[in-house]
Amino acid sequence: MAISRLTHHISHQFDKELEDIRSKVLAMGGLVEDHLTRVLDALSKGDLEEAEYVAGSDYKVNALEVEIDDECTGILLRRQPAASDLRLVLSVSKIITDLERIGDEVEKVARIVVNFVTAGSPKSYYVGVLSMGHHVKRMLRAALDAFARMDSEAALVVSQEDPEVDKEMEAVMRQLITYMMEDPRSITRVLDAVLAVRAFERIGDHADNICENAIYLVEGKDVRHVRRDEIAEEFKRRRGEVQGPQTE
Amino acid sequence: MQPITRPSAIESDTVKESTPMTHGVDFRALREGLAEPGADAGVKECLAVKDLSLYYGPKRALHDINMVIPEKRVTAFIGPSGCGKSTLLRCFNRMNELIVGVRIEGRILLHGNNIFDPAVNVADLRRRVGMVFQKPNPFPKSIYENVAYGLRIQGVNNRRTLDKAVERALRRAALWDEVKDRVHDNALRLSGGQQQRLVIARAVAIEPEVLLLDEPASALDPLSTLKIEELIYELKQEYTIVIVTHNMQQAARVSDYTAFMYMGDLIEFGQTKTLFTTPRQKQTEDYITGRYG
Repeated sequence: MAISRLTHHISHQFDKELEDIRSKVLAMGGLVEDHLTRVLDALSKGDLEEAEYVAGSDYKVNALEVEIDDECTGILLRRQPAASDLRLVLSVSKIITDLERIGDEVEKVARIVVNFVTAGSPKSYYVGVLSMGHHVKRMLRAALDAFARMDSEAALVVSQEDPEVDKEMEAVMRQLITYMMEDPRSITRVLDAVLAVRAFERIGDHADNICENAIYLVEGKDVRHVRRDEIAEEFKRRRGEVQGPQTE
Repeated sequence: MQPITRPSAIESDTVKESTPMTHGVDFRALREGLAEPGADAGVKECLAVKDLSLYYGPKRALHDINMVIPEKRVTAFIGPSGCGKSTLLRCFNRMNELIVGVRIEGRILLHGNNIFDPAVNVADLRRRVGMVFQKPNPFPKSIYENVAYGLRIQGVNNRRTLDKAVERALRRAALWDEVKDRVHDNALRLSGGQQQRLVIARAVAIEPEVLLLDEPASALDPLSTLKIEELIYELKQEYTIVIVTHNMQQAARVSDYTAFMYMGDLIEFGQTKTLFTTPRQKQTEDYITGRYG
């Protein structure tokens, strides 16, 4: 399914409404991504101002969620969409929930960064955290890209990265526990780092959900709780059976 | 005036054939519970359409239709005007034969028996396969006599039997409570929605196996439409229902299976939920989402 499939309704107004929610989701994703980038910057540079800015900006993400949700309700009410239109509205409505939660996690991390800078914690606590943050940021970007291009195969590739994030979390956690065992006075500050790790791990899960919704939008298949290699296998089978893309 | 053409496909067929796949619906898998989760296990075949083509004079209106209509389910036919959905519906009780210049090829099996077989009594077929039209067409008689009409033709004249049958039919058509005190009033005094339910009562009074509904609600107001839809839901417990509708939301609401037709072809046939969320054919997708193909 290509992006052009959103249009060509007899009702041009309907085309506009669908294009509108789609582009607003991408704008919302862009905003969340921007906040995540800023918080990672703030963490690596110890930039208090930037961290405070992000901590106080989540309301913008929330407002977009409410606005897009309202538009989805309007479309369901007015248009009773079917097939790919219905799947678009449903997936948008779920993706914005994930984006809003990512926003919440980023806000949490921003507050942790504020604590970290004010308390003057050693940077070594946050090396692993930072690398994990960059990893989930790449995942989020790729997930939004896959949704924007309606590319289910790309979405699957991103989705397959989630277990790696989990593994990374375990490694970082082990390291942080070592710090706590070495010096019990560090526990309060290291716990902050643990919370940041947990927040990034959640962001990875939400990016994974976005991919699942992108796959649902394109393929009409609900792949929640389906093993990734099974989906990959099916995509491979289909590529083998059908030469070239099936839909235009 | 031209003579009425007899259908050309006349062959005896009493052997039940199993059709593993009919336009994507794997009825064998459904029956044996082998289909995907949420599939309609236990479904049985009521009508089977085999290589059916229909010509109005030289013009071919139906092209090689193959499908199975499941028993005690609601099957909806959707498609743009002139796509052949009403024509196909009218084949099921051989109503098309009343139109001059119609020629039919292929077979329709009702519980395994070809309805075009010369041995088939058309009046008997139409008793088994009842029909309701877009505009309510009650006879200019009392409500009671409208419902009793079919039974009287069959020779039932016992007052008590008729009373019982009329009440049962009116109850089934969800009309009894509204008319029980005035069943001897003229039927034409009923509202449009009531008249349509009366016509449905008249159809079910003679205990058909299949009910064909040709846009039964398109001349009715929204509340009467909802009553008819509710009625369809009740009636499918006992009858196989085939409905033609222009209203896609209605098809999505009332039917278990949906067939999309376009220019005389059956494009896609499947479980309604699947067809309306993930149609396989681009033409279906374009039609149900309101796009120009």
